Amino acid sequence: MSAGNQQPVGNGLVKWIDTRLPVFSYLQKEYAEFQSPKNFNWFWNFGAILTFMLVLMIVTGIVLAMQYQPNTNLAFDSVERIMRDVNFGWLLRYMHANGATFFFIAVYIHMFRGMYYGSYKNPRELLWILGVVILLLMMATAFMGYVLPWGQMSFWGATVITNLFSAIPLVGDSIVTLLWGGFSVDNPTLNRFFALHYLFPFLIFGVVVLHVVALHVSGSNNPLGVDPKGPQDTVPFHPYYTMKDSAGLAIFVTVFAFFVFFAPNFFGEPENYLEAAPLNTPAHIVPEWYFLPFFAILRSITFDVWFIEAKLGGVIAMFAAIFVLFVLPWLDKSPVRSAKFRPVYKWFFWIFLLDCILLGWVGGKTPDDLVFDGLSLKVLHLGWLSTFWYFFHFLILLPLLGIFERPKPLPKSISEPVLGGGSAGASATAKPMEKA
Amino acid sequence: MGIVSNMRRTAAVAGFAALAAVMSSAAFAAGDAKAPEDRDWHFEGIFGTVDRASAQRGLQVYLEVCAGCHSLKQVAYRNLADLGFTEAEIKVIASGFDVTDGPNDEGEMFERPAIPSDRFVSPFPNEEAAKAANNGANPPDLTLQVKAHPGGADYIHALLTGYVDPPAGTEVPEGSNYNAYFAGNFIAMPQPLFEDGVEYADGTPATIEQMATDVVNFMQWAAEPEMEQRKKTGFKVVIFLIILSAILYAGKRKMWANVDH
Amino acid sequence: MSDDTQDHGGHSGNRRDFLYLSAGAFAGVGGAIALWPFVDSLNPAADVLALSTIEVDVSQVEVGQRVTVKWQGKPVFIDHRTETAIEEARDTPLSDLRDPQTDEARAERPEWLVVIGVCTHLGCVPKGQKPSEARGDWGGWFCPCHASHYDTSGRIRKGPAPLNLLVPPLSFLSDTNIKIG
Repeated sequence: MSAGNQQPVGNGLVKWIDTRLPVFSYLQKEYAEFQSPKNFNWFWNFGAILTFMLVLMIVTGIVLAMQYQPNTNLAFDSVERIMRDVNFGWLLRYMHANGATFFFIAVYIHMFRGMYYGSYKNPRELLWILGVVILLLMMATAFMGYVLPWGQMSFWGATVITNLFSAIPLVGDSIVTLLWGGFSVDNPTLNRFFALHYLFPFLIFGVVVLHVVALHVSGSNNPLGVDPKGPQDTVPFHPYYTMKDSAGLAIFVTVFAFFVFFAPNFFGEPENYLEAAPLNTPAHIVPEWYFLPFFAILRSITFDVWFIEAKLGGVIAMFAAIFVLFVLPWLDKSPVRSAKFRPVYKWFFWIFLLDCILLGWVGGKTPDDLVFDGLSLKVLHLGWLSTFWYFFHFLILLPLLGIFERPKPLPKSISEPVLGGGSAGASATAKPMEKA
Repeated sequence: MGIVSNMRRTAAVAGFAALAAVMSSAAFAAGDAKAPEDRDWHFEGIFGTVDRASAQRGLQVYLEVCAGCHSLKQVAYRNLADLGFTEAEIKVIASGFDVTDGPNDEGEMFERPAIPSDRFVSPFPNEEAAKAANNGANPPDLTLQVKAHPGGADYIHALLTGYVDPPAGTEVPEGSNYNAYFAGNFIAMPQPLFEDGVEYADGTPATIEQMATDVVNFMQWAAEPEMEQRKKTGFKVVIFLIILSAILYAGKRKMWANVDH
Repeated sequence: MSDDTQDHGGHSGNRRDFLYLSAGAFAGVGGAIALWPFVDSLNPAADVLALSTIEVDVSQVEVGQRVTVKWQGKPVFIDHRTETAIEEARDTPLSDLRDPQTDEARAERPEWLVVIGVCTHLGCVPKGQKPSEARGDWGGWFCPCHASHYDTSGRIRKGPAPLNLLVPPLSFLSDTNIKIG
């Protein structure tokens, strides 16, 4: 008997397979027929875009790995060989490098969508948490991947970030030695980073599967944040969203292609085209743009807090910035999901977004530089301000808003027109059934 | 309903502003270095190509002026076919340089003339020898220099033509040279280009400006030999994708026409 | 407001809508073309192809001397043959040969025999390049693995090998410069 609760599909070979391993009926139910809210906007495309980017990164990564040499004497030259001698090597390399950038562009948009529309709230807390796990794995993968070309930024970025772990009391230095496999970033470090960089994307893939399974348990959120009430509120995923996702993906890939072919080094650091020189520190060490906000937070803790030294404080703050995302569902207890109906939260969302952009800007600059000529405001001061605001937003603002904000009245359903519809009353707090 | 509502438009603008701000933070040389002037290059833009005549002259400048100190390790002699040299010409160019090969049957290393499949021969066997011959400074490999500095070709050109007299009262340290565009202004490399320093095979007058332009064109090709193929392919791919996006978007609109959303 | 939000549009079997068909076809063709760079990157790269031909200067190889060079990762035997060796090779009746080939077909310039030094049985490198090594019963080469004997034209005479030693693509750039490959 088939294991699933539906009848096996198809006839002939498809049915034979499906009776024994219900992949086809599973796909039919979870992808073709899956009821999705019909009011998605284009921000809902990014899950599919992310899946495509993950596959692209894995495929380009595998063919690149066939040519790359993970040895400090050979790595830089092997990348240049890929660029010059391997058929289409330049294309594979640029797709992989720019693919990382576009992967992060997509993931940040995807996350901000979640924050705006309350997609992290009940019953989707675990979905959100799995997403943050994916983000962490992506960051680790990207960090290790950037080391592999063995350019100046590869080496020095690795040196700075691995050195951070020495801030951990008692065991810090031993941990760093363990990470390095030696007494500095060197061949053993490069080799193990290559092994792990190859491995992690498959871990990401596994967590993505869990992420999608969790999504299918609760169903998708939607821009109104209001649960679908019936078939009038939804459409089957296929063909409506397969079509829309294809269109959105094509547009995203068009922008991606423009950069790959016409501005392939726009997002990169020119200094990484110089081979790693362990005796020669570059004037400015910067990570890739998608790490800049976290780098800014790290560098903003320049003062000791009680017994915690500044260096350790910076490390703690940087990891806290990510870990605060894990507990977001419990920081924001507002029963209203979508910022569409949260007039105060909406403003603070945009301020938070600007704050992240400001953090990114700060991360790319030298802390002691002046922001404006003639004004004694340093980049570091802006770093303090924006770091403070980041944590203020999560730890103080969101919990307070959850208690004190008066949301707008929610529509009865997705299909019901919002204007002129019979909403529950002008001063509505959400009806219990809409409560997150 | 429009594609992008007011709020989402703000999001897009904020995003691009962010990117621009973050990118412009790849800021310029510290110290008193002048920012290089923006020049127009034949290879710039979507339809940019290599100026082969200039790049061939640039090869001559590299071989006669730069190769005494600077290697070009990532380029092989056979790559010069891209610049329009024939196989015979390449063999002649290559054979002018000696490569260490071996071991032979007696177990010894030996010298032999370079062949097209060899990479450009380096002037020094290793970095230590290079430093020893150059007052402790290592003349960097030139293959990727155009990609390795913000400002790219503009910067390299400015650097090569930037050996001006220092402002009155500036003390130039021993072993350094004043350059208006170099970070900190004091560069170890002495002025490399002088009027008529090279006698061009095609008769072009060898002004400093000309030689700088030619060698930069050559270095740009050396740094990105795939550029022309990349831009050509890119044009076709992006046009294809624009059409595909349009078709898929039209399909989406059609499919969703009777759905109230 | 439409109630018909269920399976709609081009999905039903009967309406092959041109727009959806062309979208699918366009995407499909694009996808197939996009796959090619990935596959082609596995083909020999430019630096490997550059070594697919070599030029050998044989001016120092005396009559009766044999040298070995490496080409495409394999040993190539170059034999500056003596008159006797050439005669023996040319006088062999084709009916004696398991893999009939005339010496003229194998060595355009009779004093130079160039063959790939890989036994056509199971791939060992036959002996005979050094004067001290066994040359087999026909004075050519002898494979120690399973006792294949090759004659002075590199043709199989005795033993399990099915074919003569392969002759690589060759040209003489000059009397003393051979291009292999």
